[in-house]
Amino acid sequence: MENLESILTEHPFLKDLDKKYIQLLVGCSSNVVFKTGDFIFREGEPADSFYFIRHGRVLIETHIPHKGTIMIRSREEGEILGWSWLVPPFRWHFDARAVELTRAIALDGKCLREKCDEDHDLGYEIMKRLALIIAEGLEATRLQLMDVYGNSTKE
Amino acid sequence: METAQKNRGIGKSDEPMLTEPFSIRRIRKETFDTFSLELESGRSGGGFAFSPGQFNMLYVYGIGEVPISISGDPTGKKVLIHTTRAVGTVTRAMWKLKAGDTLGIRGPYGTGWPVEKAVSNDIVIVAGGIGLAPLRPVIYHALANRDKYGKVVLLYGARTPEDILFWKELEKWRSRFDMEIHITVDRATGNWRGNVGVVTNLISRSPFDPRYCIAMVCGPEIMMRFTILELQKRGISDESIYISMERNMKCGIGLCGHCQLGSSFVCKDGPVYNYGQFKEIFGRREM
Repeated sequence: MENLESILTEHPFLKDLDKKYIQLLVGCSSNVVFKTGDFIFREGEPADSFYFIRHGRVLIETHIPHKGTIMIRSREEGEILGWSWLVPPFRWHFDARAVELTRAIALDGKCLREKCDEDHDLGYEIMKRLALIIAEGLEATRLQLMDVYGNSTKE
Repeated sequence: METAQKNRGIGKSDEPMLTEPFSIRRIRKETFDTFSLELESGRSGGGFAFSPGQFNMLYVYGIGEVPISISGDPTGKKVLIHTTRAVGTVTRAMWKLKAGDTLGIRGPYGTGWPVEKAVSNDIVIVAGGIGLAPLRPVIYHALANRDKYGKVVLLYGARTPEDILFWKELEKWRSRFDMEIHITVDRATGNWRGNVGVVTNLISRSPFDPRYCIAMVCGPEIMMRFTILELQKRGISDESIYISMERNMKCGIGLCGHCQLGSSFVCKDGPVYNYGQFKEIFGRREM
């Protein structure tokens, strides 16, 4: 039977992380399940969790009055969800909604910050991995902003 | 790159600029600004042989001529299909045509996708926007010869769910067990429950073997640049990546020079290029 340690060890975000750190992270972790349509978090709420998605799909979205809901990005199995727990004021900037039955491991953001403060080697490992995710997100956002599929052909 | 020199098209013999009249059997609206033309030749027996990836020059009489890639089934040769966006004078005029109207066609021209080289390998098709149209013949070909290939994976990115081409076919292919399709959109509203994000996001989690794989990429150049980076990260060699270039093609036979790109003419030496042989030129600002 899978326990939290083995699930965390297998998650791509924590690939090759030293076992002693995985064990530290287990202390901040819990299994969570979201049904289709459940909001995992909402804009403005305290960002107190960091999610490792195991199964399902989550849409990150925002609501614009008179325009409705705009979906910005999706997150799936093997990916992480949320990094607002890392940066003050520790509040979510967008909504996240499960569009399928979604299983994840939730890490307590405050607990994780404390562990990273106590052990800077762990903190550096987490930051390196998050920096990659944030850089990928930034690059993807730039591409989205370019609206590359718009009309470009000239006759 | 595979040319279809063996294919006898039209307008290629003594008078390479001469078109042949094709009548429009049907015009299908694909999205709000994109449509497909189903064309029939008046020739006895009909038919139109081409290789996936090739294009024709389409002439709207009295308006002008444009290069458009062939988006139909290379195995079903009775009807010639082109898919294009109504974006300029000629294609807007084309969209106003009706069933029974006539267009001038010459072609097919250019290099095709490496469907023979891909035999025994996985095929990864990465398409962006209307870039799916020139890749659709590859899908038809691969599915008609399914036992020749390993995994067949389509990664498709569009601007919004409303901009997705060939919806019904994508749904049909998605229901097959021998093809994998992942679609993403740059942004969505309403009831969309699929992926949101750029098409490059799909590459890292796609189930193909980078050692035995041929990647075929078509879309805006900026999308192809970032796609190549992701394919390289997965370990695909440059020689296994093929891209389709778009330039201002006029004659279609390498004479006029409008589509010159470095030392090549896209209409004759392309539009499909091997990235390994083309990387010194691809993405260079001066080109």
